[in-house]
Amino acid sequence: MAEHPVDAGTVQTEGAVEGPAEGRGDGPVEEFAPVLGGSLLGESWRTYRMVAGMWIRSTMTYRASFALTLFSSFTVTFFDFVVILLMFGQVRGLGGFSFPEVAFLYGTTSTSFGLADLTMGSLQRMGRRVRLGSLDTFLLRPVPVLAQVAADQFALRRLGRVLQGLLVLVWGLVLLDVEWTVLKVLLLPVMLVCGALIFSAVMVIGASALFWAQDAAEVTSSFTYGGNTLLQYPPSIFAQDLVRGVVYVVPLAFVNWVPALYILGRPAPAGVPAWTVFASPLVAVVCCVLAGLAWRAGLRSYRSTGS
Amino acid sequence: MTFSGAFGEAGSGALSGSFIELENVEKVFSVRRKAGLVRREKSEVRAVDGISFGVERGEMVGYIGPNGAGKSTTIKMLTGILTPSGGRLRVAGIDPSRERTRLAQRIGVVFGQRTTLWWDLPLKDSYRLMHRMYRIPDDRFAANLARCVELLELGELLDVPVRQLSLGQRMRGDIAAALLHDPDVLYLDEPTIGLDVVSKARVREFLRELNATRGTTVLLTTHDLTDIEQLCKRVMVIDHGRLMYDGALGGLHEAGESERLLVVDLERELPPIEVAGARFVRAEGPRQWLAFPSSASAAPVVAAVAAAYPLVDLSVREPDIEAVIAKMYGERELGARAGSP
Repeated sequence: MAEHPVDAGTVQTEGAVEGPAEGRGDGPVEEFAPVLGGSLLGESWRTYRMVAGMWIRSTMTYRASFALTLFSSFTVTFFDFVVILLMFGQVRGLGGFSFPEVAFLYGTTSTSFGLADLTMGSLQRMGRRVRLGSLDTFLLRPVPVLAQVAADQFALRRLGRVLQGLLVLVWGLVLLDVEWTVLKVLLLPVMLVCGALIFSAVMVIGASALFWAQDAAEVTSSFTYGGNTLLQYPPSIFAQDLVRGVVYVVPLAFVNWVPALYILGRPAPAGVPAWTVFASPLVAVVCCVLAGLAWRAGLRSYRSTGS
Repeated sequence: MTFSGAFGEAGSGALSGSFIELENVEKVFSVRRKAGLVRREKSEVRAVDGISFGVERGEMVGYIGPNGAGKSTTIKMLTGILTPSGGRLRVAGIDPSRERTRLAQRIGVVFGQRTTLWWDLPLKDSYRLMHRMYRIPDDRFAANLARCVELLELGELLDVPVRQLSLGQRMRGDIAAALLHDPDVLYLDEPTIGLDVVSKARVREFLRELNATRGTTVLLTTHDLTDIEQLCKRVMVIDHGRLMYDGALGGLHEAGESERLLVVDLERELPPIEVAGARFVRAEGPRQWLAFPSSASAAPVVAAVAAAYPLVDLSVREPDIEAVIAKMYGERELGARAGSP
């Protein structure tokens, strides 16, 4: 074998493929193999549901505490909106935007961000697991690591933020004076989902950075929580350089500004071309692919350094 | 190098085809240290420095060494958590770091200081998760669970939230969780740490049974040498990332040049015994202690004593293995210092 290293390698690999099949009969290995080759997304979703389900059951063992945190989560985010209400008590418009328009912006980004935070928010707390080495346990299981980390500490109370966002959105829609077209009606749900995906992608990229720098969570928060706060207001009140950055650098503007301003019948921010109104899905897909690559690179680095 | 000496000495090219095989496996970490305000010094730490060994199917092997010797790093490479910096590594024909998720179906891991059970949920919920996560066929899951419940005495604990279990109960629960998917290999990292005597005995008994009836290959790291004495025919000692010893537990005595003790009870108080092949250690009334090399037979020493002195009773004491190993580490320490003046 020593003289034919290439042959030896081939033989070894074949043996590896056949090994489990002959050794284990109708074992879970064959059942699992097509899944690996098949859909990583499906397997991730399956894992996510299992782990999140366990966390929900865990929190439900403390019912009173769950009810309290859900209530407080809802209240805290609601007071966020009360600030805007108070502001409109003093001024007529904000950067040329009326109250229903601001409520629309606020509602869309809050819903998107709430959905992302509900499903992916735990990623921001992954730094502790990396530091303590408890991430290792996830790597021992035959299921995708990202799904396990994202579902880790899954908390239904974060639903509070989604509910609050939807509430404000409905409020805005009721008051809003907009000529609805079929296109605009279709664009609204697409925008909410794509927004959630873009925020999620940013969270995954932020979590990937935790593999190298465990203090990166602060930076990520400034993009996610900070981005959400930014998008709650009309772009016209911000410096144009900042708006350009949000459009072209970290494409958060596609969460709501770009499509929402179209729905509101206003000019696009930072002079983006008209077709970009419908570019949110494209931006979301690109962001998710980048996030996937970043995660893989991060995990690879962890597995070679052991952090 | 008694047990797998042939493999170790065969060197690089040859593959023994063992169930677990490592060939010149290395793991180098680069550590950055602050050296001034901005400047960082980069240095390399060789956590595992060229280790080769093979473990056959069904073997039960102890893997010991002081803290920071490279034990955990080796286990992490064997499970695919860490990617080796060099060398070749196979478990059941699988390259762990490249096919981590596939390997996961075939190995079970228990970290003594880290539970995989769900803190707030009843024990059986954690097992249900394993059932689904590993896609264990229903009948097999039921059979394995029933078996673990019986042998590890978990019956009354299945409905108890894990946070209410004692350390020993939780450890048994963790071991069961690692075995529900019928792994071929079980890695145990300090499985008896912090357990009381009864729990330790129960865990050891279970592992012995598992190895005997299922033929599960077991690799065990521990600080408790009684674990090794009671479970493993073969032991590997690692220090500073290198394999210091690989062979039968008994052989450690020779490798460590230890001495056995002969405790002699005489009819009355006598001056120190003088016989060939043994050295007087101390006396307490009519009882005397003699030392002789572990590698030598006790028979001639006993015969010589019996021929020349009025005997009441005598017994042979094996050397404390802990002392042997401590001596082994110590020697290396000294050797290293002498080597680099």
